[in-house]
Amino acid sequence: MLEMRHVDTFYGNIQALRDVSLEVNDGEIVTLIGANGAGKSTTLMTVCGINRPRHGEILWNSQPIHELAPHEIVALGISQVPEGRLIFPDLSVSENLDLGAFLRRDTQGIKDDLDYAFSLFPILAERRRQPGGTLSGGEQQMLAICRALMARPKLLLLDEPSLGLAPIIIQQIFSIIQRVNTNGTTVFLVEQNANQALRIAHRGYVMENGRIVMADSAQSLLQNDEVRSAYLGM
Amino acid sequence: MDIQFFIELFFGGLTRGSIYALIALGYTLVYGIIELINFAHGEVYMLGAFTALLVAGVLGIYGFPFGGILIVATLAAIVWCAAYGYTLEKVAYKPLRGAPRLSPLISAIGMSIFLQNYVLLAQTSDFVPFPNLLPEMPFLDSIEVLSPSNFLILLVSTLAMVALTVFIRHTRMGKAMRATAQNRKMALLLGINADKIISLTFIIGSSLAALGGVLIASHMQVINYNIGFLAGLKAFTAAVLGGIGSIPGAMVGGLVLGLAESFATGYFSGNYEDILAFGILILILIFRPDGILGKAKVQKV
Repeated sequence: MLEMRHVDTFYGNIQALRDVSLEVNDGEIVTLIGANGAGKSTTLMTVCGINRPRHGEILWNSQPIHELAPHEIVALGISQVPEGRLIFPDLSVSENLDLGAFLRRDTQGIKDDLDYAFSLFPILAERRRQPGGTLSGGEQQMLAICRALMARPKLLLLDEPSLGLAPIIIQQIFSIIQRVNTNGTTVFLVEQNANQALRIAHRGYVMENGRIVMADSAQSLLQNDEVRSAYLGM
Repeated sequence: MDIQFFIELFFGGLTRGSIYALIALGYTLVYGIIELINFAHGEVYMLGAFTALLVAGVLGIYGFPFGGILIVATLAAIVWCAAYGYTLEKVAYKPLRGAPRLSPLISAIGMSIFLQNYVLLAQTSDFVPFPNLLPEMPFLDSIEVLSPSNFLILLVSTLAMVALTVFIRHTRMGKAMRATAQNRKMALLLGINADKIISLTFIIGSSLAALGGVLIASHMQVINYNIGFLAGLKAFTAAVLGGIGSIPGAMVGGLVLGLAESFATGYFSGNYEDILAFGILILILIFRPDGILGKAKVQKV
């Protein structure tokens, strides 16, 4: 479905991604784990066209997409929940959700998806008229996920959805991610919380200093000694 | 205190203020999206007045009715200025998108000088009379303090501001504009084409300025190639007074500035009108740089 081949991304003269190759197949949950600053967020931003790869290519169903504009990439069915959630603070919860469906024109479908989003997180329905900035961190994360789902994406990119949240909320968010996946959306999950991420993922990649250093099934990574000592604190 | 005189000054101030507000909206919309003070904005207002003058002149030769001329001339000015605003952004600001903030500012001042001198050469340096195109409004005769042009300015600018507010608050494009102003990167991630939104912002701002230009020209009945300079600076003051980036702020700022000028002119002296406006600008910049309705930006450490 999504494939990155030998991608190098730079910020000015600083190289953030080095020869990154990975793939995400239809129906999977794939996770990318690694320390702060390893290049995980840059990987997602490069997929979305916010950062441009200097070398290499990104393929979507075998078609190159690394030269498309961000809005064209969203139109293909790739949505991102970025790190820090980036809720529009002065827009209401409903308006935030409505903008998630910005490229869609099917009014009835949008309404159905809105109801689905509210069924996933009833708290958002209660707060639909409130400005997004007044929500708690956990509620903002729920809103950010729903906003991305409103585009009805084929591939959902999630950047550190557990960051800064209470354990009980993290549980809730991860179970929703699993549910979204079971309903047919492919998920590419970037996490520092390697333990949680590997538990729900099918496969995983480990990133260090902008390079992919390990790729395996989530099960094997959970049992791998290096991963256990470096990322799972065991 | 003479109440009649007071009411006259009040409506005079409202009229003046709503013109400031129309132009100030252009400054504030553009600043909200790309954090640029578009110093060429006053020139767009001046171009609006000139476009209307030319179109009205041509239509007048063919003997159209005055009311019809006013409407067609206004629409022509809006379309023409919207095209100017769109082109201005593409030519002068878009190539400087990634540049330090001073560069587009200098480019804006350059465009302002260019447009002024272009009209100076293409038209004239003299003051040109603007035809009186207003239809008779007999129902205003009983209200002595409100002249037809004052009435028209208040009516049209109120309608324009209500329309803008509805657009920004309730349409999807309006929401996309607000979203882009709040976080450009996230807007891109939702599939919002930021270039389109920026163009749209310039088109809306320029249309409002053109409307202001036509209204003030038919009120003053005389125009000149550099009317955009002072009007632009005053409207900028209004935008800062209300809180730059805030749409209701620009409206409030325009009205407050217009009323302040009108009362100062009436009760003190007309000579100090500009000093008052720019005195207000300096005081706000020192004591409340976020303006009346602007939000203080909290620096996170």
